[in-house]
Amino acid sequence: MDSQSEYIEDLRIIKKVMEESSRFLSLSGLAGIFAGLIALAGAAISVFLFLDGKLILADGFFNDKTVHEMSRLKIGLSAVALIVLILAIGISFWLSYRKSVQKGQKMWTPVSKRLLINMVVPLLTGGILIMILYSHHNWQLVIPSMLIFYGLALVNAGKFTYNDVFYLGMIEILTGLMAAAFPAFGLLLWCFGFGVLHITYGLIMYRKYER
Amino acid sequence: MKVDISGLSKFFENRIRLGIMSILIVNDSYDFNSLKAALGVTDGNLASHLKSLEDNSLVRVNKKFIGKKPNTSYSATETGEKIFRTHLKALEDIIRKK
Repeated sequence: MDSQSEYIEDLRIIKKVMEESSRFLSLSGLAGIFAGLIALAGAAISVFLFLDGKLILADGFFNDKTVHEMSRLKIGLSAVALIVLILAIGISFWLSYRKSVQKGQKMWTPVSKRLLINMVVPLLTGGILIMILYSHHNWQLVIPSMLIFYGLALVNAGKFTYNDVFYLGMIEILTGLMAAAFPAFGLLLWCFGFGVLHITYGLIMYRKYER
Repeated sequence: MKVDISGLSKFFENRIRLGIMSILIVNDSYDFNSLKAALGVTDGNLASHLKSLEDNSLVRVNKKFIGKKPNTSYSATETGEKIFRTHLKALEDIIRKK
């Protein structure tokens, strides 16, 4: 029956338009893989250049350092963290932009703006908190804060993009709480949260939506 | 088997109007240019369909200024939402009864 297929097409259009206008679907799985690799590279550089080759830091690690060593450590670790952040965000933006061009969609839409605002609020809050913790020499909470606030940003973002992002956020938050409970394993959990999880998520997204 | 098509609304026989309503159901409001981009239609075409939805109180227009630029956005009215949901349910029922 002809009108029957018209109705099916109507439903298909409704579903497609609703989804495209309320969720940003140009996030790239490859971006996750790259971000994860960059994070692991950053952690490796930190371990070998600044942390005496140690991935698990004993309680008194920072106490044994001289003032001079400590300032070299602070500047070095902050620089690595900043470069990792900029590279990961840059690559994610670029790959998302490429994906939306490929799909013939705009990158800057009402939903992508909402996605961004919902991520920026927890990320900026976390960023400022980390700078405050840093200036108060409250090292133990820096890594947990990174993971927890990033996780909160993803949980927020999940409403405006793939659902998978929500679950990634939940695992990041749990990882952050673990890092707060077991500070010695902070860096290891950081590698898990920003490295391993991103790569796993990227592979899943790539296989699920981009192949 | 005879199917009930009484829930279908003539407003949504047109796919552009159907698209406009689908967007406004899942978004509190949507501006003209974004609607245009999302549906891939021309200014004139979109404006005339929005006008007919507005005239029938399915859609509400919100005009405001961002800086000095006028910005027109649209929202679904309660009536519009009700008619659309009834239409959607009727479509689904028809397909299911096939």
